[in-house]
Amino acid sequence: MLKRDKKMPSVRVVNLTKKFGKIVALDNISLEVHDQEYFALLGPSGCGKTTLLRLIAGLIKPDSGEIYIGDKRVDEVPPEDREIGFVFQTFALFPHMTAWENVNYGPRVKNFDLKEAGAVGHEVLELVKLHERMDAYPRELSGGMMQRIAVARALTAGAKTLLLDEPLGQLDAKVRNEIRYEMRRMAKDLNLTAIHVTHDQSEAMSISDRIAVMKKGKIVQVGTPQELYMKPNSLFVANFIGESNFLESSVAAVNGSDLEIELRGGAKVKAVGNIAEGERTVLCIRPEIFVVELDENKNENPLRGKVEKITFEGTFVRYVIRLESLDSVVVIKPSLTEKWYDVGARVTLSFAPEKAQIFPYPEAGLLKEISV
Amino acid sequence: MDRALVAVANSFVIALLVSALDVLAGVPLAWLITRGKSRWLNVLDTFADIPFIVPTAALGYSLLLFWNGPQGISAFFSGSLISTGWLLIVLLHFAFSYPIVVRVMVGALLDYKREYEQQSRTLGAPPFMAARTVTFPILKPALIAAFILSFARSLSETGATFIVAGAFENGPVFLQNVRNELSVSAPALYEGATVFASVLLIIISLTIFGLIRILGPRLRLPFNRVLPSIERKLSYSKAAMSRNSITIIVFVAIVLLPSLFVALPAFQALFTNTFTDAISGSGVWGDYWQSLSLSYILGALVTLIGFIVGLPMAILIARKKFGKIPSTLLDILVNVPLIVPSIALGVSLKFFWQSFAFIPEFLLLVFAHVAITYPYFVRSMSAAFERISLDMEEAARTLGAKPFGVFRTIMLPLAKYSILSGAIMVFTRSVSETGATLAVVKNLQTAPVVIVNWVKTLQNPALVNTGITSSVVGLGCGILIVLSFIILLLLRFVTRGKGRN
Repeated sequence: MLKRDKKMPSVRVVNLTKKFGKIVALDNISLEVHDQEYFALLGPSGCGKTTLLRLIAGLIKPDSGEIYIGDKRVDEVPPEDREIGFVFQTFALFPHMTAWENVNYGPRVKNFDLKEAGAVGHEVLELVKLHERMDAYPRELSGGMMQRIAVARALTAGAKTLLLDEPLGQLDAKVRNEIRYEMRRMAKDLNLTAIHVTHDQSEAMSISDRIAVMKKGKIVQVGTPQELYMKPNSLFVANFIGESNFLESSVAAVNGSDLEIELRGGAKVKAVGNIAEGERTVLCIRPEIFVVELDENKNENPLRGKVEKITFEGTFVRYVIRLESLDSVVVIKPSLTEKWYDVGARVTLSFAPEKAQIFPYPEAGLLKEISV
Repeated sequence: MDRALVAVANSFVIALLVSALDVLAGVPLAWLITRGKSRWLNVLDTFADIPFIVPTAALGYSLLLFWNGPQGISAFFSGSLISTGWLLIVLLHFAFSYPIVVRVMVGALLDYKREYEQQSRTLGAPPFMAARTVTFPILKPALIAAFILSFARSLSETGATFIVAGAFENGPVFLQNVRNELSVSAPALYEGATVFASVLLIIISLTIFGLIRILGPRLRLPFNRVLPSIERKLSYSKAAMSRNSITIIVFVAIVLLPSLFVALPAFQALFTNTFTDAISGSGVWGDYWQSLSLSYILGALVTLIGFIVGLPMAILIARKKFGKIPSTLLDILVNVPLIVPSIALGVSLKFFWQSFAFIPEFLLLVFAHVAITYPYFVRSMSAAFERISLDMEEAARTLGAKPFGVFRTIMLPLAKYSILSGAIMVFTRSVSETGATLAVVKNLQTAPVVIVNWVKTLQNPALVNTGITSSVVGLGCGILIVLSFIILLLLRFVTRGKGRN
């Protein structure tokens, strides 16, 4: 009864703009979320992701642009008629109602058949494993329980699209990691379309089908977690998703798409890209793709350096290595399967050229470009 | 005895009616002020305070002129539209307790987390239903507080009620009439009647407030049934438009215009001898200026003393220094002067201080006003202190501040605006206080007392050639209103940039 078996609506926004006074919260955004997709809006605070979610819900109105849920344009449709469920970061459980009354609020105000709705309510409470706490008031529930009741409440109201605004933001780390998989499983089991707003890239990466990375009111890149990680389209995404070393450099020679890149201090490395000779560039290398060896002059084109710092992080060991060019890079290695290097050890680094990314040097400067 | 009973019963009927009407009419205005988008709402917000700050005596006279006088709205009808008596009292009490409801509800709506309402919308409730099933049930304590405050205000008001009452008597008017009729001719009967009516008023009002306190939290607003089609209709454009229009019309026509109507004869008086008389202080004006300065000096002194006396209590309550239960009890007890009719309070104070014959009358007056206004200060300050997180205090301590230093550098600056608005409330309340003042003093006259006396003289056909005309009274009220309005503007100016937005 709870499971939606028909086609769920896709969500589409076209040329959406929203200003708050002089601040442009959303700048001409277009985006499509597919039917039954688990989609994340990811970005630093103030990037406009929550504004976008509230526009989709109808809690605020756009200055210009169009919003579609399914095939229907909903710009002028009030939130109560959009068939959405919205979960706030603070959960907004009604403090004057018990968990059960909260869960049954949607069916009641929508004037559903209460008998049928009651059955759905029990089913949903069963689903979120809170049936025995149905008579508790919100103040008597833990954060995790409140979060599950908030989701249950959205489901009983007949939501076809689940809009989640930092739904895990108020939970402590351990609970958060458990519940995030539960959220995805629930949406998938019920065939719902879900849009999940978060600033936590690991949360977005681990549960989403696709992610839109936002910055300052614009969408920077949309893609699957792998695409964003392997092929970031910008320095911002490369920095925001996962971790990267950024090396200032220039193109020394071009041979088709094979580039020879000259780093500060003169060391030359290979990379793959499409940039003209002589251009200033930023070479972007994930910490885990470096191959580290003791410096014995074996490699032809090595980056030479000295281990400056070593941090044991459990699964991984993190090295900070000072290169001869005076750049320092971070290298991450599995702690149990790889050899360790001591502080002060002289090492050479190498990497597979196709695994690194090369970007033109940003006009605004590197720090400004990657800042959140 | 029967007369006292009837008068007391009248008081409660009127208070109930008035507070119910006030909440009904005041809540939509508070909603409009907090939720509307027009920038004119700020002006509306300021106007809503006017009847609060206008001394009730002047307010009463203004309403009398507007509804009853030949220059007022009655001019459009043959004869007086509304004669003196209970209907006029209801209109009067409605006008001066309306701003209290608006103030309380605006504050509550501004503090309210909109998310609850938005959540309700996303779950399928149209705006009207969301407000009914979520917002107002959550704001129930504020609704109850607004109701109690306007109820208490209606029960206790004396000066203005006396002006518009005519032959009708409620509790405070009865006390005042008995005093005028009997205090000289039959002092024993006077004291008996006064004590009887006062005790009755105090006991019944305390019982009612006790009941509201106990039953209020258990009262559930009816929310089990929904009427989707009707509530949907009530939610959108046409209904909302007409609701807003009715709200504003009620406010302007029943509260604002009648309150300011007294300014009309004051304008006429500006161009006649009355004004020059007033300025030069000749005739009755000597008394007036004297009483006006007495009122403002008294107000300032009461504010100062109230602050000094109220501050420690506010901290005790806010920080629960004595543990939870004693602090809650103190919190309730502090309200007592608020809920006891001011004239009964005056009588009670008088009997209390009578035994200390050496105390000068002016001090008695100060004591009475401090007692009456005490709750306003403690209320606003303790609420402000409660909002200041204990963490901040502790942070200041760890940084090396001594307790007094913490108070001076952290608590005081953060609570500044609440303290200021508390001070303004105390000051205006003291300046407009009539009932208790009448009960306490024999010779001293404050401005509201003078105005009440003038109006009584004017209304008494037996007294002629007293030098008191309607333009004299009009100007007297006008000056009070203008001065009060300046204070109001100062308050807005000083506290600007805080609170709203």
